[in-house]
Amino acid sequence: MKGSRSYAAAAARALQSKSIPGPESTTSLLRELVAHLRQNRTQLREEWARRITEAELLTAMTKEEVFAEATSVYDNYVEALETGTFEALQAYARNLSERIIPRGVETHEVIGIVLLLRDVLARSLFAKYQGDFTKLNRILDAYEPAANRIANTVSVGFVQERERIIREQQEAIRELSTPVLQVRERLLILPIIGVIDPQRARQLTEQLLRGIRTNRAKVVVIDITGVAAMDATVANHLVQTVEASRLLGATVIVTGLSPEIAQTLVTIGVDLGKMTTVGDLQGGIEEAERLLGYKVMQFSSDAVDA
Amino acid sequence: MDVPVLKQGPYLIATVQSALTDADLAQLRRTLVEQVGRYRSRGLIVDVTAVDVLDSFACRTLRDIAHMTGFRGAETVIVGIHADLAFAMVQLGLSLEGVATALDLEEGLAYLNRKQRAAKAAAPGLRPPAGKSPTRDRRGH
Amino acid sequence: MAISEHIPIKADTDVLAARQKGRALGLQAGFASIDITLLATAISELARNILLYAREGEIELRLLHEGGRRGVMVVASDQGPGIADIERALQDGFSTSGGLGLGLPGVKRLMDSFEIRSLPGQGTVVTAVKWELR
Repeated sequence: MKGSRSYAAAAARALQSKSIPGPESTTSLLRELVAHLRQNRTQLREEWARRITEAELLTAMTKEEVFAEATSVYDNYVEALETGTFEALQAYARNLSERIIPRGVETHEVIGIVLLLRDVLARSLFAKYQGDFTKLNRILDAYEPAANRIANTVSVGFVQERERIIREQQEAIRELSTPVLQVRERLLILPIIGVIDPQRARQLTEQLLRGIRTNRAKVVVIDITGVAAMDATVANHLVQTVEASRLLGATVIVTGLSPEIAQTLVTIGVDLGKMTTVGDLQGGIEEAERLLGYKVMQFSSDAVDA
Repeated sequence: MDVPVLKQGPYLIATVQSALTDADLAQLRRTLVEQVGRYRSRGLIVDVTAVDVLDSFACRTLRDIAHMTGFRGAETVIVGIHADLAFAMVQLGLSLEGVATALDLEEGLAYLNRKQRAAKAAAPGLRPPAGKSPTRDRRGH
Repeated sequence: MAISEHIPIKADTDVLAARQKGRALGLQAGFASIDITLLATAISELARNILLYAREGEIELRLLHEGGRRGVMVVASDQGPGIADIERALQDGFSTSGGLGLGLPGVKRLMDSFEIRSLPGQGTVVTAVKWELR
């Protein structure tokens, strides 16, 4: 084993000295480095996994998992060094992040393990070239920029993935807080509950307009019973929502307008004449059905006074 | 940029196929007012599905078209306004007040047919002036 | 790298060119489709104001990058008659639908920041920025 390794290294060196006369280029140094990392793969990745456990990183994962991931990262790492292309590593970093983020792995852990690998590899280079200081320096000069870029790629990939997940979750929460419900064909209901800030108001309008298109809605009932207060900005948003819906061919009925809010709207000069308002949600739905051409009929005769 | 105008029974359908310059818009207005008169159309649909921006001048032209063809006996419906565009328009303070709107061509035709039937029912044997809404719904639904 | 485009506004076709460039830049800045439409509409309105009130001028579009956030800056400038009463030009709530008002309050609503400088007889510069939504 040992014999063959040193033979390969010697052969590699012989090859390099043949093709490139004078000082070795970065490329050939990296090639030599890659050969070294390949030959010592088993030992180095075990060392790395051990250091990870020691440093209490990736504690959310089992020992076997850590070793499996360490192997994949190691191989991708060596490949990135060899080819100088980072796409595969980037893709792997994204994929890894996707898997470990839900398990609670933190940013510092990911940066930590990449820096550990860098350290493990650098130490092995020291050990190998300690007899030849000039050579060691040249190898490190070639290794470090590449290693830094790799560390950067993996860490940034992780952070980006985290941000993407956070954005997705924010989106989901926002959508949950303003559900656009289809109660029957061509009729949407948008119950608004809680506090509306300008950002949420915009979100709400966007969602409603999209909902009108996809459901081909003709009537929309916006119920604001659950809205405690409304200032001028939000009131204007409401008016804009009504107008934008009409541009898509849908009529808006606003229900649940409290006397206080109605008073506010009039005071700040919102033209309520532009809006169809009905007292409560039930009445709003009935009005919507009338607009859609439905007729409400009573089947029970008990209620009929003779 | 020419806007194709299709005659479909008592209606005209104008399909705007790309962004229009001011000159194109003015030309469109002239063409439509002229053709509504020539064919004695009862309704006009302007399909703006392919339009990415409707600014104040474009909106004013559309309103002018609706009013002018209204005087000549045709009711105008603007169809195909995108959701994003609708949002931008109301932010800008443009809501095409007084002009009927519908989701798409199909809805626009359905709207005009409804209007025609209602008009006939209200005054059998007479052709009532279009442009004025025969139902009490002021928004045109 | 700072990306900046200067579009001279002299004819109605230039209005279209300006908003198409705006769209492209908005796309580059990673804007959501709705924000691209808002930006394009604002550019259209500003370019139209130049044509209407000053006959000619320029729209400059610049891609911004600040604190990891991208945006598009629109600078509409002309050497037209200028605006005597800026405060009045910026007034109004929802009644600009009357047609060819200056539409400046509307533009202000479409964009995230808005600034106007004008001297009667010397011209007008409107600077407005739209940021990517975070």
